[in-house]
Amino acid sequence: MAELMMAFGLFGDALIAWLTSALMVVVNLLPDSVSDSFQYAFMQRALLTSVLVGAICGILSCYVVLKRWSLLGDAISHAVLPGVAIAYLLGWPFFIGAFITGALTSVGIGAIERHTRIKSDAAMGLMFTSAFALGIVIISKIASSTHLMHILFGNVLGVQPSALLLTLVASMIALLVVWLAYRPLLLYAFDPLQAQALGFNTSIIHYGLILLLTLTIVASLETVGIILVVAMLITPGATAHLLTDRFKTMMLISVGVGVSSAVIGLWLSVMLDVASGGSIVLVATSWFFMALLFSPKQGVLVRQWRRRSMG
Amino acid sequence: MATTLGDAPVAIDIKGLYAAYQRQPVLENINLQFPANKWTAIVGPNGAGKSTLFHVLTGSMKALRGKVQAFGEPISTHRKAGHIAYMAQREAIEWDFPVSVWETVMGGRYGHMRHDPLWRRLLPSRWYDSRHGEAVYNALQSVDMLGLAERPIGALSGGQKKRVLLARTLAQQANILLLDEPLAGVDPPSEQLILDVLAREREAGRTVIMVTHDMPGARRHVDHVVLINRFIRGVGTPEEMLSDGKLAELAVSSTEQSADDMPIDNASVYKAAQG
Repeated sequence: MAELMMAFGLFGDALIAWLTSALMVVVNLLPDSVSDSFQYAFMQRALLTSVLVGAICGILSCYVVLKRWSLLGDAISHAVLPGVAIAYLLGWPFFIGAFITGALTSVGIGAIERHTRIKSDAAMGLMFTSAFALGIVIISKIASSTHLMHILFGNVLGVQPSALLLTLVASMIALLVVWLAYRPLLLYAFDPLQAQALGFNTSIIHYGLILLLTLTIVASLETVGIILVVAMLITPGATAHLLTDRFKTMMLISVGVGVSSAVIGLWLSVMLDVASGGSIVLVATSWFFMALLFSPKQGVLVRQWRRRSMG
Repeated sequence: MATTLGDAPVAIDIKGLYAAYQRQPVLENINLQFPANKWTAIVGPNGAGKSTLFHVLTGSMKALRGKVQAFGEPISTHRKAGHIAYMAQREAIEWDFPVSVWETVMGGRYGHMRHDPLWRRLLPSRWYDSRHGEAVYNALQSVDMLGLAERPIGALSGGQKKRVLLARTLAQQANILLLDEPLAGVDPPSEQLILDVLAREREAGRTVIMVTHDMPGARRHVDHVVLINRFIRGVGTPEEMLSDGKLAELAVSSTEQSADDMPIDNASVYKAAQG
């Protein structure tokens, strides 16, 4: 078992080294003023983590936006906090704890919704704030406030190789699942009644998608943090939705927005010496507003111009 | 035109069905048989439980009690085999969703694709088995929508949306077609087209079951009529069931009590649901 873990670790390290050098080939094509700051190992780790997080958030974000799960994404991301704290307390890898409390909270929300007269928005608000409060209480007892700040707002420049490996594994799982279950996921997002009538097990698809969301949130923890990860799960998908009427194209654009926001945001945060999570999210937001203004079909400016030329 | 069910084989057999929506009973003591290879219309006032009946048949809602079989087997077996096609009401679908007409209709094939080998399912659709593409092509052709196949679904008119939903149902090539208000809110040409398509499906040996408010259409086309308002209020030929007197009776039938005032033990129904 130990040997297996070791082999896995070595394989992971090799893969990361390879991906990093591939990324650096691209980075070195950029002007020196940009590429110079990426010569440090911690910057390269931060860059690779950002690219991965931007990509999987971009993919999941399409489902979140189309399925109106924004509030659920917010809920799960907050609910991850007590898991991180408990895992820290027990000496487990933090992602296991995060995964457990994230999944438990989403199951709890579903149960309240189904079995009581409480509506879903209240059920979500109630569950995630209580989970978040529990996390704050535990952390205030066991860890420093810097530690709390890093979990809440991310610390991409301090990403350790082990955390990068975790992000890599999570991204590969997410990609694989979306590829293998592309059609059931699409049908479930579009028309769950039809999926049911065709004999698909919609509760497995539903909870599978929620687990995927939790996995993505856990993987993004170090980059943008618990509070801002939901932005990465909404903004890329929302931007892409303004730009296309095709699901596959939407996914590609969304990944593009996610990755470019993460990379540009990271670079800006180093250049301007500001918080990386915040600057990543702000870059994504600027993409959204550009799409809002200039989208060929949905854009505000184009519609204005069309109205004027018709009237 | 068929008058009795005596000799016809049974497609769907419902026994002692109870269903509730948000703890309100919607369907009670439903015993009903849908004849195979026939066209049945389900008629009833708003809130009579017609859509709920379909939701039970398609599995998106659990019955509190009762048994539903298709061709002598549990209906879930037939769902998994892709034998039951369902056309939802137009309002049930998110028309802003970024898919084209072609992709939407292809959705009717997803149940069958599950039985294809895995390596094939991982390929992009254009390298996929041409069987599925042909089914979609034929379905779009029969509803006269081939020309709009690449259109995003959000850009369609009301009647076109209905025709796309019908095409998705046809593409599935199922034995049993469940159609929830296929004629609601469509213009007269679309209505005639939909009725013709459904008549052809019945001729091809399929069982067509539709919820409708369109009495003239139903009188002209269907073989069999079920009147429903929380309870079954009548089963028979269109001539008998769609007479003005019978329809007036159905309209005033209260959902609060049964036709023959059958006592219902609600407490035991809910116990059964929980247990």
